Amino acid sequence: MTAVPTSSFIALSVLLFSIGAIGVLVRRNAIVIFMCIELMLNAANLAFVTFARQQGSIDGQVIVFFVMTVAAAEAAVGLAIIIAVFRHRQTVNADDLRLLRW
Amino acid sequence: MHLTDISWPALLPGLIVTVTALVVLVADLFIEGPDREGLGWIGLVGLVAAGIASAVLWNANAGGFGDTFLLDRYAIFFNLVLCLTGALTLLMSMDYLSSITLPSGEYYVLLLLAVLGMMVMAQANDLIILFLGLELMSISIYVLAGIWRPDLRSSEAALKYFLLGAFASGFLLFGIAMAYGAFGTTTLTPIASQLAHLSVEQRPLALAAAGLLLVGFGFKVAAAPFHAWAPDVYEGAPTSVTALMAVGVKAAAFAAFVRVFLYALHALALDWSWLVWVLAVLSMTIGNTAALMQRNIKRMLAYSSIAHAGYLLVGLVAADTDGGASMLYYLLGYAVMTLGAFSVVIAVGRRGEPNEEVSDYAGLGFRYPFLGICMTIFMLSMAGIPLFVGFTGKFFLFSAAIEQGWVWLVIIAALNSVVSAYFYLGVLMQMYMGENPREVQGLTQRPYLTATLLFTAFATIVLGIFPSWAFDLARSAVQSLSV
Repeated sequence: MTAVPTSSFIALSVLLFSIGAIGVLVRRNAIVIFMCIELMLNAANLAFVTFARQQGSIDGQVIVFFVMTVAAAEAAVGLAIIIAVFRHRQTVNADDLRLLRW
Repeated sequence: MHLTDISWPALLPGLIVTVTALVVLVADLFIEGPDREGLGWIGLVGLVAAGIASAVLWNANAGGFGDTFLLDRYAIFFNLVLCLTGALTLLMSMDYLSSITLPSGEYYVLLLLAVLGMMVMAQANDLIILFLGLELMSISIYVLAGIWRPDLRSSEAALKYFLLGAFASGFLLFGIAMAYGAFGTTTLTPIASQLAHLSVEQRPLALAAAGLLLVGFGFKVAAAPFHAWAPDVYEGAPTSVTALMAVGVKAAAFAAFVRVFLYALHALALDWSWLVWVLAVLSMTIGNTAALMQRNIKRMLAYSSIAHAGYLLVGLVAADTDGGASMLYYLLGYAVMTLGAFSVVIAVGRRGEPNEEVSDYAGLGFRYPFLGICMTIFMLSMAGIPLFVGFTGKFFLFSAAIEQGWVWLVIIAALNSVVSAYFYLGVLMQMYMGENPREVQGLTQRPYLTATLLFTAFATIVLGIFPSWAFDLARSAVQSLSV
């Protein structure tokens, strides 16, 4: 089995990051926007482990654990906020949240 | 990285705040009463102690953990600003919470944890530690923004801040990943030394890292074109939380911004300074013109804070010690005058009536002379009228930029400053010339708010008239960066 070159992993990572970033900008459902943000974070994780493999150092892999922990904390708070808004408005569509001008 | 060399001095201020937060969390179970002022006092003592601990270590230059976490003078300066911000926010909250029935226990704990995150950002000399501090701060503030659950605007503000904040974190993290790819490390000291002789393969990744980090920090300091979230979130969040966001988050984000760009990425200054130039001009112009059109005072202050981010970026464009020092000085001044202005906003509101429209301020100046004088001081200072800290701060920033030859930038900034006088003075016009038989809750029953107002008004004037000692502190703080 031939080793996949580093550049392919990085290309995939950049692609995932772009899909996430564009998704945040074009999608209107808060849950979907949040999923796109998670995709961006995981694209960064992929870049970290790729560079760690390329450089033969363990740092990048350790960083990924930190990022995953942070992402989990963020998800807990974020979903709670989304539920709090849903209880008030029965919707989490960003276009319907017009009380404050976006 | 050698994580074995634990440096207790570098940890001390953060540890004090951590312990205080935990004590408040437990004490919440035992202290009775609707407003629980005792919790606020515990937090206040902790923040003051953390500030003193930082100040005492001014000459220690403590660092450890393989240089990833420092308590150099730069970090100490920011620790002092952040502890001051946290303490003043606590002080104004102690009267504010009882007027809008917020769950005070969680509020104080989250406020302390947010300040802890800010201090970690100021002390981080490693991109990952910076990221962890940023997230600790941001996650606490997402909750704080939405803590007033009965108010729909508060939840909505929390959702917007959360989505945009997490989006910004994504950019920042991807930038860190690129930096790790380019340099094989995330610690700033080796990055700075590697940048001095950058190889051809490293350069694209390093530039990508700088660009992504710039976007991430741009969101956090609310610089245009990444400012869209700020007015909505500032308007919807409880006012004391807005004050913390406008001052604390901005100061902490600038602390990290300046450390990364002025110290670690300084060798790339030619590549990023024009981008920062664009951000500065856009922030000043958009912030000030949009503020002209606002009816809601919190929204107006939000746009004004965007404009102030623009002025601060002028110092970063200069990219030298004077530029950095004037940014630190301006941040200190911005902290006191903005906290003061938000205290006035709290003082004018009362239970069930937030009174946040500029027209609600009509006629308050003569009927409540103390509030009137305080607001006059803060507005004149923000507009950059001499005698006040806003003027001296802008003077230092603009002269640093002129010395580096950024004449056009300073001309644009000065013009913006003139435009801004219009809406700041508009508030004063309303206060002294408008007619409106409105009553506000007397300040005599709100001792903590009065104390906040007295302190910030006093500091705005003293820093404005005697700027040199604070500027010297700021300069020696920035000098500790260029090791």
